[in-house]
Amino acid sequence: MLLLIAGAVAFAVVNTLANIERLNIRTGFEFLTRPAGFDIAQRLIPYTERSSYLSVFVVALLNTIVLTVVAGTLATILGFVIGLGRLSSNRLVAAVAAAYVEVVRNVPLLLQLFYWYFAVLRPLPPPRQSLGLFDVVFLNNRGLYVPTPVFGPGVTAVLLALLMGLVGAVVVGVVAHRHRVRTGRRWPAGWLMCGLVLAPPVAVAFVNGFSLSWDVPVLTGFNFRGGVAIIPEFVAMTVALSLYGASYIAEIVRAGVQAVPLGQKEAALALGMRNRLVVTKIVVPQALRVILPPLGGQYIQLLKNSSLAAAIAYPDLMLIFAGTVLNQTGQPLEVMIITMATYLLLGLAIAAAVNLYNRRIARVER
Amino acid sequence: MMKTARPRPSAEPGRKAAALVSTASAFLKSCVSTPLNAALTIAVLWLLAATVPPLVEWAVIDAVWWGQSSRACAGTDAACWVFVGLRFDQILYGPYPAPERWRIDVALGAAVAGIVALLIPGMPGKKYIGLAMLGPYPVLAAVLLVGGVFGLPSVPTAQWGGLALNLVVAAWAIVTAIPAGLLLALGRRSKLPVVANACAAFIEFWRGLPLIGILFLAVVMFPLFVPPGVEVDKLLRALIAFSVFNAANFAEVFRGGLQAIPRGQYEAAQSLGLGYGRMMTLVILPQVVRTVLPGILNTCVAILKETTIVLVIGLFEFLAVLQAGMADPEWLIGDQVRETGYLFAALVFWALCFGMSRYSAWLERSWSAGQRRA
Repeated sequence: MLLLIAGAVAFAVVNTLANIERLNIRTGFEFLTRPAGFDIAQRLIPYTERSSYLSVFVVALLNTIVLTVVAGTLATILGFVIGLGRLSSNRLVAAVAAAYVEVVRNVPLLLQLFYWYFAVLRPLPPPRQSLGLFDVVFLNNRGLYVPTPVFGPGVTAVLLALLMGLVGAVVVGVVAHRHRVRTGRRWPAGWLMCGLVLAPPVAVAFVNGFSLSWDVPVLTGFNFRGGVAIIPEFVAMTVALSLYGASYIAEIVRAGVQAVPLGQKEAALALGMRNRLVVTKIVVPQALRVILPPLGGQYIQLLKNSSLAAAIAYPDLMLIFAGTVLNQTGQPLEVMIITMATYLLLGLAIAAAVNLYNRRIARVER
Repeated sequence: MMKTARPRPSAEPGRKAAALVSTASAFLKSCVSTPLNAALTIAVLWLLAATVPPLVEWAVIDAVWWGQSSRACAGTDAACWVFVGLRFDQILYGPYPAPERWRIDVALGAAVAGIVALLIPGMPGKKYIGLAMLGPYPVLAAVLLVGGVFGLPSVPTAQWGGLALNLVVAAWAIVTAIPAGLLLALGRRSKLPVVANACAAFIEFWRGLPLIGILFLAVVMFPLFVPPGVEVDKLLRALIAFSVFNAANFAEVFRGGLQAIPRGQYEAAQSLGLGYGRMMTLVILPQVVRTVLPGILNTCVAILKETTIVLVIGLFEFLAVLQAGMADPEWLIGDQVRETGYLFAALVFWALCFGMSRYSAWLERSWSAGQRRA
C-alpha cells in the first residue's frame, strides 16, 4: 500500500520534471520581484501597475483577509440573533428564524452570490440616480460610497487620552476581580471603568479643542468624489457570505444553548439568582464552550468560501494570484504552492486563535 | 421522556380538533406573552407583510406563465416563467445532443427508482438494490452517458451540461468519496504511525483548501503530473478534484463515528476470535454507519450545492447554462428574466437539499427512538 503511494508520488514527480524540461517552463521564485503590469480594482495598500508580483500577492491577500473578517463579523452577529430567535418563547419569531435557516442553508452559495451581484447590485441606477441614505451613504451600480473620518489637530491627544483611559480601566477591572475572588465583596468596578474610558478623552477634547470632520461623498459630474468607494464585488461577496454563514452559525448557537442542561438553569433560579444573572453567569458561559469549536470551523469555511470571488471577479487571492498571476508568469508550480500554502496557513491561524480562546474558557477539571 | 415512534392510536375527530385549537391558541398566546414578545410579533408581522405579498404577487399572480417567445414577457415587471419553460431542455441537459437525451433520462430514472426503493422503509431486497446501485449501476450509467460502444454514438464530455451534469458530478463524488473517506478514516486510526500520519496529513491538507483552489489545481497542474502526450479530459479532472476533496470530508465524518464506538466493542469482537476484517465488517462498521448516516447525508447536501462551482472552470452546469440563457440577446428584455432564472434554480436546489436534510433528520429521530426503546 505504502509502496503504491510512494510509487504514484515518484511517478508524478518524474513526469513533472520531464514536463518542465519539455515545455521550457521557468522555475524559481525570482518572478516575485518582477513588475506585474496590471491594475487591481481594490487595494488596501499603495499599488501601481509597476509594482512587483510580491506586492500583488500582498494586495490580494489583504483583500481576502478583509473580506473574511468583515463577512465573519456580520455573519456572527446575524447568526447569534437568528440562533437565539429560534429559541425565542415567541413562536412566530422562532418559526421565521427557522424558515430563514432552512431556506438559506439549502441554496448553493454560488447562486446566492450571483443573485446579489447580477440581480441586485448590477441593475442599480448609475451614480446620478444613486440610492442615498441621509445624503451621506450612496449606493449605485459602481459601488457603495461611504464617508470617511478626517482627523484634524488635537485628535492625537484625544486618542492618547482614550488609550490611557482604556489601560486604566483594564487595570481596575483586574484588581476588582482579584479583590472579589479574595474577599467575596464587589466593587462598583463597572461604573469606574466606564468613567475611566470616557472621562479623559472628553476632558482633553474640552481643554485642548478637537476637530473631527467627515469626508462625505459628493456627486460631481458623473461620479462621486470624497469618502471611500467600496466596489460592488466586495458588497456582493460580503452580503452573500454573511447571510449564508449566519444560517450555519445560527444552528451552532441554537445547539449550544440547548446543550446547557435545564437543571443548571433551575438550580441557579433555586439559589435565588435573578434571570439576567442566570443567563450571563450560567447559560452563556456553558453554551460558549459548546459553540466555540464549531464556530471556528465556520470561520475556516468562510475563508474557503471567500475564494468563490473568482466567479464574480472580486480581486481576492484565488482570482488574482492563482488566476491572473499564474497566467502571466506561466509558472503554475510556484504560484499554486504559494496560494495553497497561504490558504492552509490562514486556516491554521484561525484554528490556533480559536483554540487559544477555547482553552481559556474550557472547563477546569480537578 | 418516553417517546415512541409509533403513531398514537387515532383519536376521534372531536379530540383532534380540540388539540388543534389548543395548539393554535398556545401559539397565539406565545406571541403576546410579554410586552417584548408583543413588540417582536408586530415587527415580524410588519416584515412579513412587507415582503411576502409582493413576492407572491411577483412570482405567481402577475407572472407570465404561457408564451411562445420572449415577447410574452417584455414590459412586465413580474416573473417570466416562459424563460424557464422555453429553455427547460437546455437547463436540464445543457448542450447534450437532442437525439441522445433519452440516455440521460434512462440513467437518471434508474437512479431515482433505485434511491426511492432504498428510502422506503421495509422494502424487501434492500441489500441487493444497494449493492446494484454501488456496483454495476455507475458502470452502466457511465457507458450509457459516454457512449461509443454497443452502437451508441459517443458524446464527448464537453457536450455534457445542465442539471444532469450537476447530478453526475454529485453522484460520482458521493460514490467514490465515501469508500475512500472510510479507508482514510480507518488508516488514520492505524497502529502504524507512518500510515496514520500519512492519512492524517492527506485529510488535513485537502480539507484545508478551498474547492475552487483544488479545481484550479486539477486544471492547471494535472497536465504536469502525467506523462507528456497524455490528455486528461477536463470533466474527469474536475471529478478527481471532487473525489479527493470530499474523501477528506467524509473521512472526518467517519472519524467521529469511529470515535463513538466504545473500546469494549473491539475487545469483545477480538475475544470472540474475529480477525480485523470480520471485526470491522460484522461489529464495528454497522454501528458506525448508524451514527454517521446523518453526517453523510449532510455532506451529500453540501456536495450537491458545491457542484455548481464547476462553472468556474468552464463546464456547462446548471448555473452556467442559466447564465448563458440570460445573456442570450433574445432574452435581454429586462431584469425579470434573470430574477426568474435565479428563483427557479433556487427552488430546484432547495427542493433537493431540503428533502435530503429532512430525510436525514427523520432517520436520526427514528433511530434514536429505536435505541431508547431497546
